[in-house]
Amino acid sequence: MTQTMAVAKALNESLRKALENDPKVLIMGEDVGKLGGVFRITDGLYKDFGEGRVIDTPLAESGIVGTAIGLALRGYRPVVEIQFDGFVFPAYDQIVTQLAKMHARALGKIKLPVVIRIPYGGGIGAVEHHSESPEALFAHVPGLKVVSPSNSSDAYWMLQQAIECDDPVIFFEPKRRYWDKGEVDVAALPGDLHRAVVAQQGTDVTLAAYGPMVKVCLEAAAAAANEGRSLEVVDLRSLSPIDFDTIEASVRRTGRLVVVHEAPVFYGAGAEIAARITERCFYHLEAPVLRVGGFHAPYPPARLEEEYLPGLDRVLDAVDRALAF
Amino acid sequence: MSVKSTAAGGSPAKSRGRTTTRGTAAKRRAGEPGLVQLLTPEGERVEHPDYAIDLTPEELRGLYRDMVLTRRFDAEAITLQRQGELGLWASLLGQEAAQIGSGRATRPDDYVFPTYREHGVAWTRDVDPLNLLGMFRGVNHGGWDPNENNFQLYTIVIGSQTLHATGYAMGVAKDGADAAVIAYFGDGASSQGDVAEAFTFAAVYNAPVVFFCQNNQWAISEPTEKQSRVPIYQRAAGYGFPGVRVDGNDVLAVLAVTRAALEHARSGQGPMLVEAFTYRMGAHTTTDDPTRYRSDEEREEWASKDPIARLRTYLEREGLADEAFYAEIDTESDALAKRVREGVRNMPNPGTMAIFENVYADGSALVDEERAQFAEYLSSFETGDVETAGTGH
Ligand SMILES: Cc1ncc(C[n+]2csc(CCOP(=O)(O)OP(=O)(O)O)c2C)c(N)n1
Ligand SMILES: [Mg+2]
Repeated sequence: MTQTMAVAKALNESLRKALENDPKVLIMGEDVGKLGGVFRITDGLYKDFGEGRVIDTPLAESGIVGTAIGLALRGYRPVVEIQFDGFVFPAYDQIVTQLAKMHARALGKIKLPVVIRIPYGGGIGAVEHHSESPEALFAHVPGLKVVSPSNSSDAYWMLQQAIECDDPVIFFEPKRRYWDKGEVDVAALPGDLHRAVVAQQGTDVTLAAYGPMVKVCLEAAAAAANEGRSLEVVDLRSLSPIDFDTIEASVRRTGRLVVVHEAPVFYGAGAEIAARITERCFYHLEAPVLRVGGFHAPYPPARLEEEYLPGLDRVLDAVDRALAF
Repeated sequence: MSVKSTAAGGSPAKSRGRTTTRGTAAKRRAGEPGLVQLLTPEGERVEHPDYAIDLTPEELRGLYRDMVLTRRFDAEAITLQRQGELGLWASLLGQEAAQIGSGRATRPDDYVFPTYREHGVAWTRDVDPLNLLGMFRGVNHGGWDPNENNFQLYTIVIGSQTLHATGYAMGVAKDGADAAVIAYFGDGASSQGDVAEAFTFAAVYNAPVVFFCQNNQWAISEPTEKQSRVPIYQRAAGYGFPGVRVDGNDVLAVLAVTRAALEHARSGQGPMLVEAFTYRMGAHTTTDDPTRYRSDEEREEWASKDPIARLRTYLEREGLADEAFYAEIDTESDALAKRVREGVRNMPNPGTMAIFENVYADGSALVDEERAQFAEYLSSFETGDVETAGTGH
């Protein structure tokens, strides 16, 4: 049952399957209907499932998430699309003060199975607010789950699992990987949504990444192999919760860890991972945990993004520094 | 204002349906008595009881020139995007009258808060068209000093600027200044919470701000019916200030109505909402494909209401401009296009270290440290030149 498809198509097929499997699943967002979304992730769904299930909403993100909360309270499973990363903030209040906390406030009596899909990250030459990586702002909030697939198979399966999850899930889609093709086995039963996987085995240094940077790390591992270095790549897949066990097991083997993400390093996921891994396996570390990521500066205009985005060279530079300790 | 006025459009059986068809909705609205018009699509001058205008032939020719040059600039930008010189372009095609009319209604001391499509308004504020192209080329996120022409930076996050405009107007009022503020936004933006809050603040503080909505019928793929079940101008009533709908393709009416609205604000009477009823003739942006969601017939219907053609018809019929005038504008258009083309092609890329510039007014040790580390890292490469370091780090 293995098929080759791009990440965007895998997400589309996943949504289609969710709509077919569960009449309570709804899709909501700006331009998700007739247009099929600006990235065409919902292409064809409006036609096949109708405007009762695939809903073009008014242009109001707080409204989209706020009403998704209400629909969830009524027993629906809304999957909402935020058009671009930078446009989630009008909804941030609803997400942080309401969506994340309601289950706890109701002493567990109600569930909020809302999925918020957000295309994120840079690399597509876009204008301001279309290239950001705000995942840490969500992972910091108790009550939210935060995940990000890096390839077609995970795009397909993790979205299914996010929709089935009874907690709110912020589903970050690496937009510059939308067109990357990969194998999807639509019959294979996936493992846990929140487990990390070793995407590439190695012995010298562990690279931990998620979403768009997994590909960069795999390329770095291939380049390093040519120089006789063996890098292990861990695809985190989930940022809240984080599968620290898998990272720890890897670091116990390699003794060195470099965390890579597009988001700014300052207060980023790498900081949390560095702290926890240092606590868990201090005596196995041969070098401090290093981080490669964005700067403490606004995401730059498109003509500078190649310089800004961590690439192969910056990852390998960190590997060199880790090995130099 | 009651909801009745919109529901009254079709037969009961039709209006009970979830959505009316686009054509019916457009016709219903165009025929509405509220629409202020001074120049018909056929180029006939008509009078309106509340909004008079008396322009000299020179002023009329000026408006024509503004619209033609703006359209030419816009067309050039589209071409530059196709050639890869710009990453993106948001065309104003069809909205020239709404933008030139309202922009020309402002005084130098007034302050303008645009969206990302206000190239015609920028023109009237003497912002160099080349400056507008920087962010679309990807060399900066704004690129002009807002205070130079009282024209704020473009705002991409929908609706935000309406609150900034309101706050600015609150400041103008506090200062007792003889000025008004105008906030541009779209039909889609009218759904945003920020816009509702801007209306509330403006009303409560009697702020001298004009909310200028260009209802171009579409928010990317969503028709105005997805945003509002009452005509947008009627929303003002609920907040306690006047709203008016003007034919957005009639530059004379837009000028007259916006002048009156700005004067209303300046004279201490508080905010006003102007809905310019117009049409986005092009794609939402150069990445959009409107054939996926709207019909050619609709576009053709609006093409017959073209803002430039109707003013030209009027000028010609009244003998207000001669052949030399049109020829001169052609020459001017060509020169503008050439200047824009060459200017864009020669626009330098920013140096890599621009990433770290102006993050804080006060400076930051963290930014300085990261900048130094990055410079050191870049200098470890053979090319060495930090300012012009190549791609792919
Ligand atoms: C907060 C926010 N949400 C979504 C977007 C994406 N977006 C850009 S333009 C647009 C439609 C805007 O429609 P309208 O307000 O009618 O202005 P127009 O583009 O027609 O000029 C959308 C949804 C955005 N820029 N900001
Ligand atoms: Mg619009």
